[in-house]
Amino acid sequence: MGRGLRERIDSLVRWEVGLGFALVAVIVFGIIASSQFLTSFNLFYLNLSIGEIAIMTLPMTLLIVTGEIDLSVASILGMSSALLGDLYSHGWSMPLVIVVVLAVGAVAGWVNGFLVTRVGLPSLAVTIGTLTLYRGIAVVILGPSTISTFPARYTNVGVTTLPHTGGYLSYSVGIFIVLAVAFAVALHATAFGRSLFVMGANEEAARYAGIRVKRTKLTLFVVSGMVCALAGVLYTFRLSTAVQNNGIGLELNVVTIVLLGGVSIFGGRGTIVGVVLATAVFAGLQNALFLTNFQQSAMGVVTGTLLLLSVLIPNLSAFAERGRDLLRRRQLGAARGARAREAAP
Amino acid sequence: MTGIADAPTRASAVDDANARRLIDLVFRARELGIVAVLALLVLVTALIEPRFVDLTNVQFILVDATIFALLALGETMVVLTRNVDLSIGSVLGLSAFLSADLFGHHHGISIVLVFVVGSAIGVACGLVNGFLTVVGRVPSLVVTLAMLYILRGIDTLVVGGGQVVASSLPNSFIDIPRRTVLGLPLLAIVVAVVIGAGAYYLRSFRSGRELYAIGSNPDAARLAGIPASRRVFTAFVISGGIAGIAGVLYAARYGTIDSTAGSGYELQVIAAVVVGGVAIFGGSGSAVGAAFGALLLNTILSALYVLGVSPFWNQAIAGGLLLGAIALDRGISLQLAAALRRRRTHLGA
Repeated sequence: MGRGLRERIDSLVRWEVGLGFALVAVIVFGIIASSQFLTSFNLFYLNLSIGEIAIMTLPMTLLIVTGEIDLSVASILGMSSALLGDLYSHGWSMPLVIVVVLAVGAVAGWVNGFLVTRVGLPSLAVTIGTLTLYRGIAVVILGPSTISTFPARYTNVGVTTLPHTGGYLSYSVGIFIVLAVAFAVALHATAFGRSLFVMGANEEAARYAGIRVKRTKLTLFVVSGMVCALAGVLYTFRLSTAVQNNGIGLELNVVTIVLLGGVSIFGGRGTIVGVVLATAVFAGLQNALFLTNFQQSAMGVVTGTLLLLSVLIPNLSAFAERGRDLLRRRQLGAARGARAREAAP
Repeated sequence: MTGIADAPTRASAVDDANARRLIDLVFRARELGIVAVLALLVLVTALIEPRFVDLTNVQFILVDATIFALLALGETMVVLTRNVDLSIGSVLGLSAFLSADLFGHHHGISIVLVFVVGSAIGVACGLVNGFLTVVGRVPSLVVTLAMLYILRGIDTLVVGGGQVVASSLPNSFIDIPRRTVLGLPLLAIVVAVVIGAGAYYLRSFRSGRELYAIGSNPDAARLAGIPASRRVFTAFVISGGIAGIAGVLYAARYGTIDSTAGSGYELQVIAAVVVGGVAIFGGSGSAVGAAFGALLLNTILSALYVLGVSPFWNQAIAGGLLLGAIALDRGISLQLAAALRRRRTHLGA
C-alpha cells in the first residue's frame, strides 16, 4: 500500500519534472525563433493570449479529477460575453452587468451539474448538449450584431499591465495566479480536495465513506460556470468587443492544458502545479510559433497533437508492460509445451 | 426431482421472454414517437404556412436531411459501442474540399473516382481515430476532439484563403442531389436504402449485434469472447468512411466549399442520433431511429424558417433537443428497469 502510494507520487513528480524540461525547451525554442521572445512587450502579449484560457483550466482540473468533464466552458464564456454586451448596450450600469453575468454563469454551471448529478446523465453528453445550447443562446442574444462601445475604464483592464509587475503581467494572468493558489490550496491541502481524488478514483467507495459526491460535483459545476463567466467578462474587455462567437473552440485548449498538466482523464489523479506548468508550456509554444509566422488558423493541428500526446505518453509505460507480459506468457507457454512434449511419450 | 429443478428455469424463461417483449415495445414506442412528432410538426406547420409542403420545399428538406441521416448512420455505430466520434464535421469538410478540388485539376475525371477518393479520405481519418482509441487506449472523446481540430487545421492549411466554386464543378456532379424519381430526390431514396441495409446489419448480423453487446457492457462483451477492439475499430473506420462520402455529397449539394465546410455538423449529428433514440451510453438504439432523428431536426429547423423564426435560434434549439432527448431516455430506462424489477419480484413470489 505504502509502496503503491510512493510509486504514484514518483510518477507524478516525474511528469512535472518532464513539464519543467518541456518549459525550458519551449523557452529555448522561443529565443532561437525570435529575438523578440523575451521582450516585456512580447511576454505581455503572451499573457493576454493565455489569460482567460488559463483561468478556465482551474475548475476544469477539479472536475476532471473527480472523473467528470465540462465541454461547455467556451460556450459559457461566449454566452457571458454576449450577455455583457447586450445588457450594457441597454443602459445597465457595468458593475451590475458584471454581477448579473457572473450569476448567469453560475446558473449555467448549475444546469450542467443538475443534469449530471440529479438526473444522472453522463457529463460528456450533457456538456456537449450545453456546448451547443449556450452558444446558441449567445447567438440568440446578439444575432449578427457587434457591441464595442465599452467605457475605456473597463476595457483598460483587458489591455493594460498590472501595476507593480514590471510590465510583464496582465490583469487576467494576475487573477489566474491568485485563483491558482486558491485552487491549489483547496485541492491539495483540504479534506474537500482529498475527497475529490477519492471520488475520481472510486465513486462508490467515496459514497460509502460518507462523502457527499453529488453535492460536491454540483458545486464544482457551479464554480466552473461562474469562473468561465468571469473569463467571458475579461475576454470581452480585452477585445472590447462582444460578438456571438467569442471564444469559440477554446474548450480544446482548456482540456489540452489540463491533460498536458498530468491530470488523468479517468479521474483521481492530477495537480494544480502540473496544470500551471502546462499552461506556461502551452502559452510559450503558441507564442513562439506565432513569432515564427506560423499560420494561426492551423494552430488547431498543434493543439490537437499536443492533446493526443499528453494522453498517449502516460499510456506508454502500460504498453511496455503489456508487451513484457505477452512475452512472458509466450515463454511460459513454450516452456509448458516443451514439458508436455517431454511427458507425452 | 427434475421437475422441481426445471420449474424455476422455465419460469425465468417465460420471465425473460416477457421482459424482452416489454423492452421491444418501449423502444418501438420511442421510434414511433419521433414519427408522430414529425407528422404533427409537418401538419401544424402546413396549416399555418401551406408553402411548407410545397414539392420543392419538401425536396429541399429531404436532401438536406439526407446528408445528416447518412452521417447519423456512422455515428450510430460508434455511439452504440459506448464511444463517440466528434471528428465527422472536420472529416466532411476535408473530404468535401479535396474531392471537389479534383474537378478543377483533372478535367473530365469520373465522378465515381471522386466518390472513391472522398471515402478513402474518410476511411484514413477513421483509421487514425480507431487506432488511437483501440490500440492507444485513449478515450474516444479525447481522440476525436483532438482530431476535430487537427483535421480542421489541415483543412485550413490546404484550402488557404481559397475555395471551390460551383462553376468549376461539372453539371453531372451538381445534378446528383437534384435528380428526382416520381418527385422524390433520388439521393434520398439511395440513402434510405443504405440506412435500411445498415439497420438490418446492426439488427440481424452477428458482428452488428456485437456492437450492442460492447456498448451494454464492454467487460462482459470481452469476456464473452467478442473481439471488442476489432469491432470498435471497424465502427470508427465506417463512421469516417461515411463522413468522407457525405463530404462529396456536401460538395455536390452546396457547390461552394471553403475551409469552414461542415464545421459544427458533429454536434447536430449527435443531437439527431440521440433524439432518434440511440442511447448516449451505448448499447441501444437503431439506425432507422437515428435517421428519423436527423429528419426531425432538419424539419424543425426548416419549419421555423418557414414560420419566420430567425435562424439564430437553430443552435439553441438543437442543443435543447439533445438535452431533452438524453433526459427523456434516462427517464424511460429508469422506468423500464423499475417495471422489470416489479415483474420479476411478482413472478418470484
